[in-house]
Amino acid sequence: MKITGKVWKYGDDVNTDVIFPGKYTYTVSDRNEMGKYALEDLDPEFTKNAQPGDIIVGGKNWGCGSSREQAVTCIKMRGIGAIIAKGFARIYYRNALNEGLPIVVSAEAVDAIEKGDEVTIDFDKSEIVTPKGTFKFPPYPDFVKGLIEDGGLIPHVKKSLGL
Amino acid sequence: MGKTFAEKVLGKAAGGSVSAGQVVIVEPHFCMSHDNAAPIWGTFKKIGVDKVWKPDHLVFILDHAIPAPTDKHAENHMQIRAVVKEQGIRYFYDVTSKGGVCHQIMCEEGFALPGLIIVGSDSHTCTYGAFGAFSTGIGRSEMAATWATGQIWFRVPESMKITVTGKFSKGVSAKDLILKIAGDIKADGADYMSIEFHGPAIEEMSLAERMTLCNMGIEIGAKNAVCPPDQKVLDFIKPIAKTDQWEAMWADDDAVYAQELHYDLGDIEPCVAKPHTVDNYAPIGEVKGTPIHQAFLGSCTNARIEDLRLAADILKGKEVAVRTIVIPASWSVYRQALDEGLIEVFLDAGCVITNPGCGPCMGNHEGILAPGETCISTANRNFKGRMGNKESFIYLASPMTVAASALKGEISDPREVL
Repeated sequence: MKITGKVWKYGDDVNTDVIFPGKYTYTVSDRNEMGKYALEDLDPEFTKNAQPGDIIVGGKNWGCGSSREQAVTCIKMRGIGAIIAKGFARIYYRNALNEGLPIVVSAEAVDAIEKGDEVTIDFDKSEIVTPKGTFKFPPYPDFVKGLIEDGGLIPHVKKSLGL
Repeated sequence: MGKTFAEKVLGKAAGGSVSAGQVVIVEPHFCMSHDNAAPIWGTFKKIGVDKVWKPDHLVFILDHAIPAPTDKHAENHMQIRAVVKEQGIRYFYDVTSKGGVCHQIMCEEGFALPGLIIVGSDSHTCTYGAFGAFSTGIGRSEMAATWATGQIWFRVPESMKITVTGKFSKGVSAKDLILKIAGDIKADGADYMSIEFHGPAIEEMSLAERMTLCNMGIEIGAKNAVCPPDQKVLDFIKPIAKTDQWEAMWADDDAVYAQELHYDLGDIEPCVAKPHTVDNYAPIGEVKGTPIHQAFLGSCTNARIEDLRLAADILKGKEVAVRTIVIPASWSVYRQALDEGLIEVFLDAGCVITNPGCGPCMGNHEGILAPGETCISTANRNFKGRMGNKESFIYLASPMTVAASALKGEISDPREVL
């Protein structure tokens, strides 16, 4: 699988409240609608202009804070192809795998990428192609590969239960 | 080679000896959900299973926005009541005078027990480590899958040992210690790790103080945080335990840690986390005099009877200079505060007291900030927009610092009013 898109770049410790504000957690329940609010308190320009296929690049500890899964869902429903970061907060990492949103860890690629760059993530080769060079990233651990291949946790559980 | 707390508890649940880095599949003893039980049910239904795996392992506690502030919230609560009925969920805490903030109820009502594995669809589920439980927050899909299968995977975490010695000086409390730790190791300092609190000062601490420490483990990235299940814990849990499956477990003396830290409480001073991150530490002297518009004494971090007593000591016989919202962590705490005359102290001082619940902590209701306003809060997060408006500012502090600041209308050093 390959994903190519234009980059929106952010810094360290981007938390789930600025990705999907708490005030919406019980007033916005439609998955498609969640995409409209993605990153509302972080970057109004993104909220207005992000296009399907774009890629988000963040620093360390992306998605720290709340366990709210909407912080993943809103990005997925906005059509974002993947998130590349120096690191992900633990719950966000699990939520992203469970939702089937591709996430990639590469500090070197993050340092090399600038806002607006066009980058390609090649999951088969485990590499990120940027205007400043190509960077390898660690493949997913074996035990989550099945989850990703099935398209997320719910389809994975359905399959394992034979449903 | 000895084992850490996490290795022991996860090993026992997985039926063998395990080490950090291994992946295990375990059956959790309790699965806690709050107002998000309704959307989780929606996801659960997509799996195609009719019944949850064990209804008595699920605990539902309404707290995020109670009583419902909007029709959407009301509908959400209504769906949860329907699920409770349909699935025969025995442990349900509705909008009644038996409820309160979910994490407080889990501890007060005997769900948080030594050696149990507890998952919650809320990041502050790590609070139950104060009672020696292995507890951690998970997302909605993961909770739905756990309801269906009774199983969840964990990577056995590396552990961080934080040894605490010494005694707090006057005006300093557990909140100041955890804010200092966050400032030192930063928001991802314990990422993916199990934090173990050790040392004589932890044993000296009340269970309430231990809850404050463990509650904020997530703010430094931890999977879970835990204190030793000592006699204080056992005396508390034995009469109220909801199951006899618990077992007091603790790390071996020769366990291997990824990192070890030491704090002497004598070195800790009153402090705040400045906007907009929890690790933005400042000693009180640096921010003293900052004007505030609101003070909030509440949340799963600091609204227990011990916290209310500390604040009431400072507010007694005085009047607050800014609007001050007090939200006891549960109705049981509320009743005790009534009995002890603390509610009267708060009312006499001009505070507004609302019903137990999360209140304005995550921007739902009961104290949303206006653009440009500043709040000093005993809660656990000061992220931009957290209390409902992205142009407002939140300082996190201890109950004593919040009370002292409420009196002056500006961030104040509690040592000056004690």
